[in-house]
Formats: sequence, C-alpha cells, structure tokens
Amino acid sequence: MCGIAGLFLKAPQLQPQLGGLLAQMTSTLCSRGPDSAGFALYTADAPSKSKLTLTSVGGRSDFEILAPVLSRSIGAPVLVTNRYTHAILTIPTDLTRTCRDWLVENAQDIRIVSEGASLEIYKEVGYPDEVARSFDIVSIAGTHGIAHTRMATESAVTTTGAHPFSTGPDQCLVHNGSLSNHASLRRELQRDGIVPQTENDTEVAAGYLTRELKRGKTLGEALKSSVDDLDGFFTFVVGTKNGFGVLRDPIACKPAVMAETEDYVAFASEYRSLTCLPGIKNARVFEPKPATPYFWEH
Amino acid sequence: MNQVNIAERSPRDLREFRPSNFKREIDLLTTSLRELNEMLQGLRNDTARDEASFRVTNPDGAHALAVGIDAPLDVEIAGHVGYYCGGMNKWARIVIDGNAGPGVGENMMSGLIHVRGDASQCAGATAHGGLLLIDGNASARCGISMKGVDIVVKGDIGHLSGFMGQTGRLVAFGDAGEALGDSLYEARIYVRGKVESFGADCIEKELRDEHRAELFALLRQAGEAHRVDVSEFRRYGSARKLYNFHIDNTGAY
Repeated sequence: MCGIAGLFLKAPQLQPQLGGLLAQMTSTLCSRGPDSAGFALYTADAPSKSKLTLTSVGGRSDFEILAPVLSRSIGAPVLVTNRYTHAILTIPTDLTRTCRDWLVENAQDIRIVSEGASLEIYKEVGYPDEVARSFDIVSIAGTHGIAHTRMATESAVTTTGAHPFSTGPDQCLVHNGSLSNHASLRRELQRDGIVPQTENDTEVAAGYLTRELKRGKTLGEALKSSVDDLDGFFTFVVGTKNGFGVLRDPIACKPAVMAETEDYVAFASEYRSLTCLPGIKNARVFEPKPATPYFWEH
Repeated sequence: MNQVNIAERSPRDLREFRPSNFKREIDLLTTSLRELNEMLQGLRNDTARDEASFRVTNPDGAHALAVGIDAPLDVEIAGHVGYYCGGMNKWARIVIDGNAGPGVGENMMSGLIHVRGDASQCAGATAHGGLLLIDGNASARCGISMKGVDIVVKGDIGHLSGFMGQTGRLVAFGDAGEALGDSLYEARIYVRGKVESFGADCIEKELRDEHRAELFALLRQAGEAHRVDVSEFRRYGSARKLYNFHIDNTGAY
C-alpha cells in the first residue's frame, strides 16, 4: 500500500496554503499507510543560508541548547527552530560541511533528515493525521511539497525509516512500492561516496537519483535512467529546489493520478486525495504513463 | 451453468435508453456511500421507471460506488469516481460523467457502464457481460481476464490489455500498449491504431466480413455507427498454442 501526495504550486498566491493543502491531501491517504507519515516542504530561503532538519533517535527535544555550542564552535550565528520532534538549524551555507561533521562528532543521537536552502522534512511514526497535527504542517508556506503515508514492508517502523528520504541538498523522494535490487545498489552507492543511513530500500532510490544528478544529469534524465537501473515496483514523487517529478515503473504496479490547472500540478495515489484542491472540478485529471518521467520546474 | 437470459431487460445500447425525466438526486456530501449503495442494491427488477432513476452528485473519487446493483436502474454520476465503480453490475445503466479509477465495471454481468472521461487500470476486469463504454483512454490491463463483456474504448488502451481474456470483445479506436492480449484465450480484440507489441500467444488475424459485421454492431451500440469505418480496424486473437500445456512452451509460461 502506502500513499503519496505531491503539490507543485504555479500560482504564488497559493503559497501560504501549501502546508494546509498538503495535509488535507495526505489525510485522505491515512488508510493506505497508517504507521507513519512524512512531509517535505520547499519553504522560503535566505541568501547564503542553509537549513538542516534534525531529529534525535534518543528522544531529545532540547535542540535549542545545541545552537550556542555549535555557533561558538563554527564561529558563526546558528538559528534553531523547534517543531515537535524535529528542529531546523539555519546556518551559513559555506559552513554546512563543518556543521554536519560537528553534529556527527558531538551529538551522536542526532540524525540529519534533510539539508538545503529551502527544503524542510518532518516525519514521524504515528497515524498520518496525528503526525501532521503534531508538526503543525498547516502553518507552513512554500512553493512545493510532497508527503507520504507509510505501510512498512521493507524495513522497521521508525522515524528515520519514514519517508520522504533526502540524500542530497534540496532533494527528496517518496516511494510507493518495493525495490528488489536495493542491496547491491546500496553497495554501489557506498563505493561512490553516498552512504545510506538506514536499511530502507527507498533511501537507496533517493541516493541513486542524488548520484545521477551529481554526475550532471537533469532530473528528467535521472528519472529516465532509473527505469533501467532500479528493479522492483515503484511510483516515485521527487522534489528538487525548483522541480517536481513523477515516475512509475514499467508495469505501473502502483496507482497514480495527477491533476493540472493554471495554478498547480498535483499528484496522489487516489483521486479522492485531490478533491480538496481549489478548482479541481475543472482541472485536467490524468494518469501518468508507466516508465515515463514527468517533471515540472519553477 | 448458471446462465440467465439478460438480453431482454438489460440495456446495452446507447440508443435504447429512455431515461426518466425525473431523477432522484443523491448528494454524497449528505448521504453516505453505504446508504446509497444499500438503497441501490435493495431495488429489484420491477422498480417503476420513475423510481429507478438517480443522479449522484459530489462523488469526489469515492470507491465502490454503485456496486452490486441487481435491477435495471439508471444511475448518472456527476464527477470522477474511485476504485471499482459499477462492480458486479447487473441490468443497470451507469453513466460516469468524469474519470473512473481502477477496476471500473469489475465483474459486471450485464447492463451498460459508460465512462465519459478516462478509465484507470483493469477496466472491466473479469466481467461476464454487458457493455463497458469508455469515451477517453483506458490505462493498463484493460479487460484483464474478461469473460464475456464487450469493452469499447474510444481512445487508447494501456499495456497488457486483454490479458488472459477468455471471451467477449475488446475494441480500441486508438492505440494499444505493450503486450496486447498476453496469454489470450478466446476474447476477440479489435484495434484501429497501432499496437506497441503483442503478448505471448497473441497474433493478428484476418478481418473477415463476419468480423466487420460484429464490429459494426458493437459500434452501433456505442453510438458510433457510420462515424468510424470498421475496415480501419485490425483483428487480434489467440494463436491457441499456450492455453493447453505443452512441454515445449515451458519457457513462455
């Protein structure tokens, strides 16, 4: 099962509603994935600043005490914003590597969920509506976002095993399906310097796309080559800083429906999930074809 | 055999419909899906015409809408529907003014289901009878394991359409995706556009006069007679080499 929702806004006036609309879309998909949920949102960015989304596997919630220590260590200001079990660290972009290394060394319970100029990821174990409420997803504005409700098949039900997965700056991916060649691909990615943090098959797919984008492919090209290189069932929705892409495996094993208007492009596992969107009755509603990458960019 | 003669009462020709002027309107924002389905399923063959006519508003992609009907009802649905709409339909005419999700008309026995938009995967799966008419495209596995239904798609059909089709007719005005008619039994397939590839044991067969006549009758039921030239279609069917086990074919199973 699992459920996916994605929303890419073309109309700037809808941006304040991004979190609200995405949470509503996801709410319909609770029954498809009742064990955990996650939201990736592309929010406002600031020049030369990056955001790290953090969570703690040790149950820590006092992220604010990290800021002064990290700030002293790197010699630059660090801003912390708490959101339920996650926190956003806003840091100077050129010190991202230093901050990551510092966290690995000094805060071993911390996991970096995402990194990027505008990407923030919030994911947690629990019923998707509860997860959305706890993170107050409704209050988040942005340009595009993707969400996932999980019914786990390939790895444990944990916070870090929930989707979306992010393996590169401002990149994220959600997945409905299961991959069969993730073990061999994980070893290949490790050799190429991309080290998955979990045993989850979806993280391997995210890592694969990150590697291909690093090698200079466009999002469309990276999606296209994943049809050949990934084995298994998948419907993917991916996000980049400016883009939003969709790909289904050649068998089209998992459901997908899309809607497009002048104001947005939306994706969902079921049409029910799209009915909350403004102007949906006049939207062009279509099913994405198998093995065909679809992507939109701002 | 549990066969009933349903040709008498079951509408399967667009021209035959004389819908009642009075349609009972059911709004799914105020009536639950279960209430609606229970009411439709409770009606029988002797239902008066004025009481057998419904218009369902705000379907909003609901699953299993108007399933299991066992009476010559006339149900119009104003909007997109979710999974399995009209499943197991007997006698009724169901018109969907929008797109249909996976499994529309699954296991229908008779009557007519008309999708004015596109249909998702597995349209008409395992259906035994009646006519499933789709104005737009149907995606993958259209008519999978069909057992006597007639399916007319005015657009394209996706990959693996007609998979294991046992009997009935599948007609596409547009193109067919990969692996058409894989492991086909005796369902007949007519495609006007190009076929991406054949599935195992599916071959092109000669379009003879009897097939043109059969096709014309189907087009007439779909309200498309004389608008589409039957000679533009090509006929596909089973080579009948796979459906009895033969040791030399093990690689193809």
